[in-house]
Amino acid sequence: MLIKKPAPSDLSEAQTTSESAYVSRRSVIKGLAASGVLATAGVGEKAMGLDLFGRKDEPKQAPRKPLKFTPQQPVPDLVLTPEEKVGNYNNFYEFGTGKTDPAKNSQGLRTEPWTLQVDGEVEKPATVDVWQLMNEIGLEERIYRMRCVEAWSMVIPWVGFELGKFLKRFQPTSRAKFVAFETLYDPEQMPGQRNRFIGGGVDYPYVEGLRMDEAMHPLTILSVGLYGKTLPPQNGAPIRLVVPWKYGFKGIKSIVKIKLVEEMPPTSWNKMLPQEYGFYANVNPEVDHPRWSQASERFIGEGGLFAVKRQPTLPFNGYAEEVASLYRNMDLRKFY
Amino acid sequence: MTAAWKKPLAISLQLAVHLGALLPLLWLFVAINQGRLGGDPVKELIHYLGMGAIRLLLLTLLISPLAKSLHFGQLNRLRRPLGLWCFAWATLHFSAWLVLELGLDWSLIGEEIVKRTYILLGFSAWLILLLLAITSLPVLLRKMGRNWKKLHGLLYVVAGLVCWHFWWSVKSGWIEPAIYAAIAVLLLLWRRHALLRWLKSF
Repeated sequence: MLIKKPAPSDLSEAQTTSESAYVSRRSVIKGLAASGVLATAGVGEKAMGLDLFGRKDEPKQAPRKPLKFTPQQPVPDLVLTPEEKVGNYNNFYEFGTGKTDPAKNSQGLRTEPWTLQVDGEVEKPATVDVWQLMNEIGLEERIYRMRCVEAWSMVIPWVGFELGKFLKRFQPTSRAKFVAFETLYDPEQMPGQRNRFIGGGVDYPYVEGLRMDEAMHPLTILSVGLYGKTLPPQNGAPIRLVVPWKYGFKGIKSIVKIKLVEEMPPTSWNKMLPQEYGFYANVNPEVDHPRWSQASERFIGEGGLFAVKRQPTLPFNGYAEEVASLYRNMDLRKFY
Repeated sequence: MTAAWKKPLAISLQLAVHLGALLPLLWLFVAINQGRLGGDPVKELIHYLGMGAIRLLLLTLLISPLAKSLHFGQLNRLRRPLGLWCFAWATLHFSAWLVLELGLDWSLIGEEIVKRTYILLGFSAWLILLLLAITSLPVLLRKMGRNWKKLHGLLYVVAGLVCWHFWWSVKSGWIEPAIYAAIAVLLLLWRRHALLRWLKSF
């Protein structure tokens, strides 16, 4: 007997700002601009006609393709962050340090073609065509909490696949103890890599790492999409890491290299400020960042400026049952 | 410059100060409504207000030495509006953090102010600005006499606190706070005689 259930992804679409509502709001603004004092030829083309500060027109949104994926079952009992906020509040210093800079500056990123090199301590190193991989590997939806080290959080419906299953294809050797990741280094496309002032002084390319057992954990995914479509560039297109029990900066974006290694690899934030950011970076309400409390977080959900929702932060971001055992004998104050 | 020019120029500059401090706030209101600060404008808003406050503070410090070296005493009229606008922006900056970032959770606010040095620095600077804003009433100025000058010399302390607050609040990229700190140091050096006189007045 076949009982048709509504796909959970349909349900999540309904919870967010629909694209049509978003587009129509933009046309209202356009209309206002066109009717205003500043209405001259070409002004109507701008998304923001009344710009007194000479900022350039907003770039066109990078195209996103719909993805085929298995919806998550059961649907976790979480309120989603609207898609528009997921795509307009980002830390991706390669495109600027402001929260809206990545959305503004990354739309021209060339994500096709995109290859991902997997090597190091593996029997079968290879370079993978990421777009081919998306078609051929079974994609699944993962609705995860996302907790930034800056004490804000979201809930994001990712689309991707388990990193562990993917890594097994390359047959890791017994010497593989850690996994090192690397973001694209392309100063021509990434203004933050050209200019220290824009890029926040990070030593590029951005690098991240996981211990092998963390990488093989079924919660750890490589994401290629969110809200049912391929990733927007500002969220790390075309392929990024998502480790839901760790602070967001572990989720390295626009990955070009994965290397399995024997020694703990360097990680970007740890290199820059080791007393503030550790290698593990597990979400931990008990261990404060030196400059702010990690006990609670500002959840970015529906609603405007005054819809403030401060909520307690959960150990391992709510995934303690699944992952706490990985750190059984470790002092998490020391290994933050 | 002939003396006849000076008064109307000073008045126009005063008007410019008011507009210059007010218009960005109106722009901010429009920008937030248009989604210009992103889907979640809280952090950008707090940062924008803080940057405005620090710029107004540096402008306030610029006035006296500038008036002196240009022999343009009427410029000193700008100090009061600039200082008060600086206080207004600092208050908005602080309130945005209290309300929008911490959701007016008072126990958390208390804990953060005590535990986080950079917040304690900013909070102390705001308290001093509050005191200076209250005593900027002309009645009090007259009543306080010499003590008024002593009290308002605390603006030098605010400059130091605020630069330090900015320096420690950024996650990375020391260049921007360093530029502001350098400007503050230059401004204080320019008025070093006034600064020393203030220090000796205690």
